Parts: sequence; C-alpha cells; structure tokens
Amino acid sequence: MNVAIVGIGIHPFGRHEGVSSLDMGGYAVRQALRDAGIPWQDLQFAFGGSLGAHLPGNDPATADTLVSRLGLTGLPFVNVHNGCATAGSALSLAASTIESGAFDVGLAVGFDKHPRGHFSSDPEILGLPPWYGEMGFLVTTQFFAMKINRYMHDYGISSSTLAKVAAKAYRNGSMNPNAWRRKPFSEEEILSSRMLNYPLTQYMFCSPDEGAAAVVLCRADRAREFTERPVYLRAATIRTRRFGSFEVFSPWLPLTRTDSPTVDASRAAYEAAGLGPDDIDVAQIQDSEAGAEVMHMAENGLCADGEQEALIQAGETEIGGRLPINTDGGLIANGEPIGASGMRQVYETVLQLRGDAGERQVPGRPRVGFTQVYGAPGVGSCTILTT
Amino acid sequence: MTRQVAIAEGLLSWASGEARLIGSRCETCGVVVFPSQRGCPACTGEETEVIELGTRGTLWTFTTQGFLPKWPYAGPGTDEAFEPYAVGYVELPGQVRVEARLVEVEVDDLHIGMDMELCVVPFITDDGGDEVVVPAFRPSGASVDGASA
Ligand SMILES: [Zn+2]
Repeated sequence: MNVAIVGIGIHPFGRHEGVSSLDMGGYAVRQALRDAGIPWQDLQFAFGGSLGAHLPGNDPATADTLVSRLGLTGLPFVNVHNGCATAGSALSLAASTIESGAFDVGLAVGFDKHPRGHFSSDPEILGLPPWYGEMGFLVTTQFFAMKINRYMHDYGISSSTLAKVAAKAYRNGSMNPNAWRRKPFSEEEILSSRMLNYPLTQYMFCSPDEGAAAVVLCRADRAREFTERPVYLRAATIRTRRFGSFEVFSPWLPLTRTDSPTVDASRAAYEAAGLGPDDIDVAQIQDSEAGAEVMHMAENGLCADGEQEALIQAGETEIGGRLPINTDGGLIANGEPIGASGMRQVYETVLQLRGDAGERQVPGRPRVGFTQVYGAPGVGSCTILTT
Repeated sequence: MTRQVAIAEGLLSWASGEARLIGSRCETCGVVVFPSQRGCPACTGEETEVIELGTRGTLWTFTTQGFLPKWPYAGPGTDEAFEPYAVGYVELPGQVRVEARLVEVEVDDLHIGMDMELCVVPFITDDGGDEVVVPAFRPSGASVDGASA
C-alpha cells in the first residue's frame, strides 16, 4: 500500500458538557491539518465515521456536515457507519481511494458523543426478535463476559491476569493527557469493584463516551511535501463474521466454532504488509474489557492461545515490555466513542512511531505498529503502520 | 387463576406435552438454528424445516447480568432494586447452542459443562394481568415446582 499518514489530530476523549460531536470532530480535523501543514481547501476528499445517527439517544450529527464549519469547498465527503469498525472503515476507504489513483491527499475523521451507560440497541434494526431484547440479552457486555469465561476455561487465564490488563490501562491512561480515566487503580481495587458480568468487574470494562480523531493521508511519494516524519500505512483491512464465529447478539451458536473476523482481518493485514506478528513493536487492540485484550492478543497472532497468562504476568505487554499493548490506555482508559475509537489507535501509533509519545513513549525506537478494533455486529478491522 | 402466556409466539411448543424450544433445520446441510428462520446461514440454502429442539444439554458458557439493562429490556427490576440474573449458552447435543436465562442455581454453583434442562418460568405480569412466561434452563434434577426466575 502506497499511502502515508502526514497529519494527526485528536479531541480528548471523555465527557464534554456543552460540546457537540461536530465541535469535537472539527477540533480534531483542524489539529490534523495543522500537523500536516495543509489548508482545508487543499484536501481532495474525506471519509467521516460516526454512529450517532443510528443509536438511540446519541448526538446524531453525520460527519459530512463538518463541511459547514470547515469550509464548503465542494470536496467529495462520504459518511461511514459500519458498527464498531466505523473508524477503521473510514480509514480503509480513504487509503483505498489513494491507492486507486483517484486522489492524492485526503482526510479520515471519526467522532461520536454517546449517552451514559451501556450501549442500547433496537433488536429490529439488528434483525432480532423483540423477545431477545425484552428478556435482557441485548447487552454487549454479556457477550464479552461469556466469551472470556469460556476462554479462561479453555486456556487457563486467571482473574489476576484480567486485573493486570485493566491496571495497565489505567496506568497508561494516567500518562495520556487525552485519556478519560487518568487515575491508576490497583489490581485489588479492580477485582473488588462491582461484578457487572461474571467474571468481569466494573473497572475491567470500558464505557461509551465522547471524542474525535482525524488523520490526513496522502500518496506515499508525496509524503515529504508535508512532513519530515511520515508514517506509512501498510495495510488497512476489514472482515466480517463467518459461520461459526462467536459474536455479540447471537440467540444461538452452531456446534462448531470458526475463527473470528479479527483473525481473518489480521491475517489479511499481515499478508498485505508483507510483515508478520513478530515484526510488531507496539500494538493498540480492542479492549472493550480486559478479557477482550487477552483474547485479541491471540486473535491478532501476537501470541498463541493461552500464552497470555505468562506474558501478562511477566509484564511483557507493559510499555517497557517485549510487546507493549494499548500504550495510551486503550478503550478502558479512553472510553469508546465508536466512530473515533479506531482512529485514536492510529493516532497513538503515529505518535509512538514518531517518537512523540512523551512519558509513555515505547523505548527502543519502535518501527512497526499494529491496530485492531472489533465489535457489533461481528466485524474486525486492522491496520499496520511503519516508519 | 392467572392465565400464562409465552413472551412470543413461535418460541415454545407444548405439542408433545412438555415445553420445547422451536428451531429450524436446513433441508440441505442439516444445520440447526434458533429461533426458526427461513434460509440457512451455513450453506445459503433456502429451504428449512421447523423442528422442536431437545430439552437437555450442557452449559457451554455463562455470565451474570449485574445491572439493570436499558430499553428494550422488559423484565423485573429498577435501578434501586435489581436482582442479578444468569445467562448462558446451553449446548443441545447434535443440534445447536442456545442462549437462555439460567434459573434455580446460585452463581457460585454454575460451571461450564454442567447438565441443564429446559424449563418455563414466570417473567412479568403484563398489562392485561396475564403472567408472561419465558424459556430458561436449570440444572437437571432441580426441583420441578420451583419457579425462581
Ligand atoms: Zn444449510
């Protein structure tokens, strides 16, 4: 893939009373433009991700309406809403647009402003019978809990390891000025917080929140017109569920199990990049809750099933470890504004590869970064970035 | 006496004298799904046959619901007074894993692989005063009269 990221911007994640999703989106875009040193009118196209218009009680603004505050330049601006892979999809489409030769310089932006509490969904929009919601199955956190419960049973992962993952998230978040949760918690505090969905406690979960992130992309051979430190996008892949993968909101599962869409998306990303899991220096992966980070380590090929227990207990996924994961605090510390979540991962990866991550900089000049988001309705999206 | 009504039509059958879940089987590849539907997600086949599922199986995985779900949840409880409930997938041998409420068992006694059986339990009382019942699974051998949803 001959695409470079030459500008990045982010609006802090969290709760922002009186700030609309468009305010946050516009803020992130302007920051990305300044970072790339390019005026808005020079952008040739944009993809914008936001899920708000499709979720009850959310700030419903669609991304393309950003043009009314950034400037009505006439550029093609396409809205993307693709479940939890919304940001990844916007990025992937932007990269494909440059790859196709249609345009040289463009934008991918994502934002959302979700209400408090767990995500709620309309069963009929999801093609599910009303009783499924009425009986109390339409809660994403149940899925994550049942998936990790089975995984712990199959591969010997301990509750202590789940607590270590969450503690790392809060610790890394405390070093990230754009994170929502910036107060460290001990493993004991995490384990003794309220049991929301066995075996997952309150502090092991991320929550929906608000935020925005944006990147300016260009054809790789033009990158140095904009920056001395381009980061190259080597792969941006999306895969949806196949028959037999264990997905959120499933009234039933078949007796045989198939690899998740994350496995498929990560394999496709490694193949496209000509790189393997051993090449990855820093990774940002979907930690909707602590167990998701554990399982996604294996689904992304970063270790074998069951190896997480020893790796995490030994601190290998900490910033100073062999494979630093979720260096900005991940979803647990940043929350999940769906449209922006995958873009935040790319923002953090670019910072790390530029050496600009400050207090939380991974030592030893990381050269290859990996990102992955996963979510409803069974979609995974990965990127690989290099210096 | 209060009338009992199932939470939805097409979910449960009493045709055989005992309650059974209603699913469907693909006429091409034999894959069983729940609830019944037309069209097969495994082989893309079009024709499916409505079947009654088995009533006994083993617990494949489970969790608890420790907080009041938002809409469209219609069950009992308020933010102030909410009784956590258990949810899991029960593997019906040779058929399918179905997601269901788990009842008549303490959370500490739930474990993957335990034997479970279908039961029908009261859920809420609807506006017309009828008792709405839902399918659930309980450890097999648990008391038959219990209805502790
Ligand atoms: Zn079939």
